[in-house]
Amino acid sequence: MHSANLISGRTFRQLTAALVLTGASCLGLSAQAGAQDSTDPIKLTLHDWTGQLITTEIMGEVLKKAGYSVEYVQADYLAQFAGLETGDLHVAMEMWETTGREAMDAATATGKVENFGPTGMKAKEEWWYPSYMAEKCPGLPNWEALKDEACAEAFSTAETAPKGRYLGGPVTWGGFDDERVEALDLPFEVIHAGTDAALFAELESAYQRQAPIMLWIYAPHWAPAKYKGEWVEFPEYSPECYNDPSVGINPDAAYDCGKPFGEIWKVGWAGVKDKWPGAYEAIKAFTIDNDEMGKMITEVDLDGKTVSDVVGEWMTANEDRWSGWIKK
Amino acid sequence: MATPRPPALDATGFQAPSQGLKLPYAWIVAVTAFVVLWLYGEPIAKSAFDYPKAYTVPLAKWISAAMKWLLNDASFGLFSFTELTRFISAVLDVPYTIAASLLSTGVLEGSGSSAIQILPPLSWVAVIGLAMLLGHWLGGMRLALLAGGCFLFLAVFGQWSSAMITLASILVAAPLGVGLGLLFGVAAWRWRWLERAITPILDLMQTIPVFAYLVPVLFLFGFGPTAAVIATLIFATPPMTRIAILALRAVPGEITDLGHMVGCTDRQMTWRVMVPAARESLMVGMNQVIMLSLNMVIIASMIGAGGLGFDVLAALRRLDFGAGLEAGFAIVALAIALDRLSQAAADKLSMPSPEPRTQSAFARHPYLVAGAALVIGTTLLGFVVPGIHTYPETLELSTGTFWSEVVAWINVNYFDTLEAIKNAMLLNVLIPFKRLLGSLPWFGVTAFLAFAGYRLGGIRLALLTAALSLFIAATGQWEKAMITVYLCGISAVLASLIGVPIGIVAATRDRLWSWVQVAIDTLQTLPSFVYLMPAVMLFRVGDFTAMIAVVAFAVAPAIRYTALGIRRVDPRLIEAGRAMGCTEWQILTRIRLKLALPEIMLGLNQTIMFALSMLVITALVGTRDLGQEVYIALTKADTGRGLVAGLSIAAIAIIADRLISAGAIHAKRRLGLE
Repeated sequence: MHSANLISGRTFRQLTAALVLTGASCLGLSAQAGAQDSTDPIKLTLHDWTGQLITTEIMGEVLKKAGYSVEYVQADYLAQFAGLETGDLHVAMEMWETTGREAMDAATATGKVENFGPTGMKAKEEWWYPSYMAEKCPGLPNWEALKDEACAEAFSTAETAPKGRYLGGPVTWGGFDDERVEALDLPFEVIHAGTDAALFAELESAYQRQAPIMLWIYAPHWAPAKYKGEWVEFPEYSPECYNDPSVGINPDAAYDCGKPFGEIWKVGWAGVKDKWPGAYEAIKAFTIDNDEMGKMITEVDLDGKTVSDVVGEWMTANEDRWSGWIKK
Repeated sequence: MATPRPPALDATGFQAPSQGLKLPYAWIVAVTAFVVLWLYGEPIAKSAFDYPKAYTVPLAKWISAAMKWLLNDASFGLFSFTELTRFISAVLDVPYTIAASLLSTGVLEGSGSSAIQILPPLSWVAVIGLAMLLGHWLGGMRLALLAGGCFLFLAVFGQWSSAMITLASILVAAPLGVGLGLLFGVAAWRWRWLERAITPILDLMQTIPVFAYLVPVLFLFGFGPTAAVIATLIFATPPMTRIAILALRAVPGEITDLGHMVGCTDRQMTWRVMVPAARESLMVGMNQVIMLSLNMVIIASMIGAGGLGFDVLAALRRLDFGAGLEAGFAIVALAIALDRLSQAAADKLSMPSPEPRTQSAFARHPYLVAGAALVIGTTLLGFVVPGIHTYPETLELSTGTFWSEVVAWINVNYFDTLEAIKNAMLLNVLIPFKRLLGSLPWFGVTAFLAFAGYRLGGIRLALLTAALSLFIAATGQWEKAMITVYLCGISAVLASLIGVPIGIVAATRDRLWSWVQVAIDTLQTLPSFVYLMPAVMLFRVGDFTAMIAVVAFAVAPAIRYTALGIRRVDPRLIEAGRAMGCTEWQILTRIRLKLALPEIMLGLNQTIMFALSMLVITALVGTRDLGQEVYIALTKADTGRGLVAGLSIAAIAIIADRLISAGAIHAKRRLGLE
């Protein structure tokens, strides 16, 4: 570990850190952190969506209160695993069961990345439509309404007509929508958006014109708060439905049900446990729920508050909770 | 590809340019054979259409396995390969930390949130002042105002702190890129075998999309600004090396002779004679390195470099077009300031330096003294007046929701019109062309490319084009490669159709040309993400939106090279044409365009290269080509899959490049320019 660090690491910064360590401990700055904990900064990754920024900043602030040095690093959601495996990055606060499972499994299989347990938030992902579409297709939100051809046509565009157009997530998200359409015999064509930003750009565009749209939406996110709409209710998900064709409505096909609701996990470098045992416990203890998070995301994205202000308010309002996480 | 060449292009016309009306029989035979195979070959030779699965080479698996070995087991005895790469990034971290402390973080003790600031970073007043001083020294008052204005833009629009992070990494990456590029260039100029060895590597470095090698770079060099610097270096160094080789070779014989006469050693010859003599061209290389480094800002921000790229991404994720555009234009402002400063430096350095005068140290270095005074003065003042140190927030401007509203207005009022245009384009042009390419037999295409290579460049080119297209088929990428060719091909044609006329019109009008230059610089440096998302709102995800993004980016070289080619035409020839009574139209078509043809061909070549380099970005709006393959591989951290798809893109680029260059040489010979 140590020899690897010497070469692997920021030799320069470590040198300064070592010099300062003596000074800092005299000043009592690291007094609160456990004696065996390293004084190196814990690197938390920031991605490009608000909810994640809030979660990460809350964790970071809590760790700071416990006397740890914290550094935020901007990193791509999936590319970050390269850094988490090598120990260049330490903690990623939101890894969604629904979109990140595969990458996370591959990383934990190396033994260098550890799952720090659920955040308490549940990812919801499903087909979604704006409420103004309800009158054009009265049977909704029940999925069987989509089988009606008039209803599907209401969701169509020139390219897909007479089939309806369903805008799925990026190919990399998986989601099995092509299979679902097949299995449930829906008269829809699945178009894949390339990124999350493209997905919401299309929604914004359609919503402004009150135009038909059916797309993949997930929560916690600002979109369900900003746009009025509803999730399609598919037959409930079960692991058997995905794995066993005989289960579910269509006896010959798997994926004849809705998408799973998934945990949002905390993951990180496996070395955190030994290097910062106290912080490790605090990170494992962190939980927050969907409603709280939805409220904070709305405050930032729609009411224009800064992430730091919202996090600051949460910290003062929930002192009991977070002080429990860092109790030794 | 399949367009019949004009008669004189026929290989037999090599030595005799004016053979007149000889038909290109060989081309006609080849095209016929190709069409026959395509139309009637399927039932007879199935495997000519679908590459037989059994012979697919599992190259992706091999690369992934090799990567794993490199990461975990490769060793030089005393230290492992990973330790070596980690050492390199630790070394690179030193200049980055220095630049970052000067511009953004200040001198820190300790790290992370417990760090204590010992010295603040340079104040915004000082940085703007330094940029102006540099501008004044290099190019007088006009440049000083331009540089100052660009930096002031950053402060006024609230982009300062992010812009300084970006600037810090550019200040590390660009000089390193220039230095390394120059070293490789000198070495390749000295030893011919080395040039032969590195030319294909340079091609690959420039044409493999960055996303394809991002994963191995992250594993080897760690996650953070230094990995971003290394990825930037891989992408931005090749043009410098190429230009260095060309520039050194172009040094006039008289100068080398002089060097030999005065008895220079080899080393003196290189560094004291050749490099200074070539410095004007070398500065062009430097300029390219700076521009390409700024192109990397978005990707660098995805792997921990932060800065303006991160702001662009985050703003577009919340669909805040205004914020995205402001951050995007901040990148453009940085690019323009750095570009104009480096161009002025090129002019300044290629002029003879004035005689040294004997004066006091202060009078000899007025700029240095003024700079130092500015830095110390503003730093001290900054402690008293915080507004001098950090630009006051109350004075910041923002376009707010203006741009989002503009997009919304267009969307609400004109969506149907736009949709009609898009559908017409899709149904009549894009989709038929896609189907056509998809139905072509791989064997026929490979054979035809080999034939074209043979006719234009001889047996070596034929072998190269055949081998590269075989590589694509053998690694199982043929179908995706055809979609790639379709998207890039259509975009390159459109970009040329738009760009070449603009270039022709702007070339002869100086005022217009200077405005067009600003516009194409902007198109080249503004991150395409900024206009990609509004385009999605207006045109939905899919090939059409992708095409718009590619055209917007690839139109720049089409305009630039056309205009440069026409402007370079010898004015005496035009005078001669006028004297002979040519109309303006005849002067344009018979003299200007004809003589500018080689440059225009080079422009087309660059248009194709630019189009290919946008592929990964278009994957973000849902295309299904090699770019998407690279992107999927990135998200799955699959090194082999990404590199194989990346190499296929490089193969397409190299085939196009070689055939067009060979065609351009042909054209030059035909016109008697060489």
